[in-house]
Amino acid sequence: MKQSLFENRHKAEWARFSLMLEQLERGKEASGIASFPKDYRRLCQQLALAQERGYSSFLIDSLQQQVLRGHQQLYRHRSRLGANILSFILAGFPRLVREQWRFVLAAGLMFFGSLIGFALLVYLFPDLVYNLIPAEQVSEMQSMYDPVAGHLGRSAERAASEDWVMFGYYIMHNIGIAFQTFASGLLFGLGSAFFLLFNGLMIGAVAGHLTHIGFGQTFWSFVIGHGAFELSAIALAGAAGLQLGWALIAPGRLPRAEALRLAARKSVLLICGVMLFLLIAAFIEAYWSSMTAPAPTTKYLVGAVLWLLVATYLLFAGRTRHAPE
Amino acid sequence: MLETTALPRKATLPPPLDTRYQVETPEGIDLPLRPAGLMVRALAFSIDLGLRGLILGVLFIVLAFLGKLGAGLGSILLFGVSWWYMVLFEVLNQGRSPGKQWMGLRVVHDDGTPIGWSASLIRNLLRFVDMLPFGYFLGAISCLQHPHFKRLGDLAAGTLVIYREQPLTRPQLPDAQPRRPAFALTLPEQRAVLGFAERQGELSEARSHELASILAQPLQVPAPRAVAELNAIARGLLGPA
Repeated sequence: MKQSLFENRHKAEWARFSLMLEQLERGKEASGIASFPKDYRRLCQQLALAQERGYSSFLIDSLQQQVLRGHQQLYRHRSRLGANILSFILAGFPRLVREQWRFVLAAGLMFFGSLIGFALLVYLFPDLVYNLIPAEQVSEMQSMYDPVAGHLGRSAERAASEDWVMFGYYIMHNIGIAFQTFASGLLFGLGSAFFLLFNGLMIGAVAGHLTHIGFGQTFWSFVIGHGAFELSAIALAGAAGLQLGWALIAPGRLPRAEALRLAARKSVLLICGVMLFLLIAAFIEAYWSSMTAPAPTTKYLVGAVLWLLVATYLLFAGRTRHAPE
Repeated sequence: MLETTALPRKATLPPPLDTRYQVETPEGIDLPLRPAGLMVRALAFSIDLGLRGLILGVLFIVLAFLGKLGAGLGSILLFGVSWWYMVLFEVLNQGRSPGKQWMGLRVVHDDGTPIGWSASLIRNLLRFVDMLPFGYFLGAISCLQHPHFKRLGDLAAGTLVIYREQPLTRPQLPDAQPRRPAFALTLPEQRAVLGFAERQGELSEARSHELASILAQPLQVPAPRAVAELNAIARGLLGPA
């Protein structure tokens, strides 16, 4: 069949298809959508014919464009994030954390190990803190948690708007750190390990130092509440990063690129959970931890409950299947 | 020496010598995508960077009037714009951030399908590593050595930055009396003759004469008439208008 005859025969069909494509691309409800897959496959067949018969480049290129656009409309990847947030929170995330327990354990040991270890060291040998943190930052930190200076160096009770400032700041700062800890795991896991150890040492140094000089009450009652979510989130972000790095170090039977791609798909789900944790942490930090009215005992109690909650959630949620999934 | 014996009609065209990336669809069609190189992507990124700076500048001026609340909102916005700008545009705007849109690029999955949340999140979070140790050093190296110009984030996310397809305009074929060629044409020859006729509008007259005269001998026509002869054959191949 000559090309012009072929074109004339299918011209109307192609025009209809391109109209439907435009509607679909603009996200509108296209008319006659039910026949779209069939029309698309017909177009594929026509393209194959045109190539086989050596028709001109213009015809083949424009058919190829139409097929590509149709392909992009017909074959969409199902988004696993947006669709089922609820089941992800209720079951998917803790399940994923347990499934990746090796990385979570490694990251947790690095982070909490360095934190607790260095806190003890600084508590026992107070001068160690100056090896890690410059002296002026240490004194700044001291004045922030000075029990005599009211609360956190600011006026006795913060205004509501001040809470807002800190809420925004915590979100930006903490999620930024979590993202860095995750992303740098691509460097064979070294980046994640570095950020985990570094943050662990820094927090440990501050905690040990403040406890040693007797500001323990203000410090611990401030951090215990949101720490439950914030610290575990950093450890989980590190676990996600280590997972990336491990896929490059030991890809198993897959090529490295493919192993990395599969690991990244899993770890990004972990990061979504981490973001959720950090949002909760920022909320607690800005609105509960900064309150001075509750007695330290209350704060310790609430803090302990929150830690227990996080542990229970990660260990036990989603072990049995429920209706919302 | 031109090969005049007909190849079997089933013979496939030889793969083109360029950077095209073939996606095979489930229908058995090979779709060629054109991956975008380092330079054009760097330009697109600079545009996006400038735009983000502009957005933040304007917002901070507005928020400055709101006082404390503004400062809190400002931090959230700074976070949102620096980490989410690319993700939101890529997912909600068919894989095109404003810079990419400007440069005629888009992001797709490796299999040519539109980019989704998780792939976009991965490639944009890992941008942090691509930027190490300074100024996109790792990203540029990865991009330059990869056959499809992927940076590290693209490798992990399984995505590809490609040139967007531009709408084609139908080329005008020169007028000629349709004619049957003196011998059977192979498929690539047929495509070449049609291509010559379709592209004649873009070529200078001297150049098209030069090209056509190469074929004067096998076509058995004097060199000055080769262009007209090729156009006639192309018309004949195309069929009646």
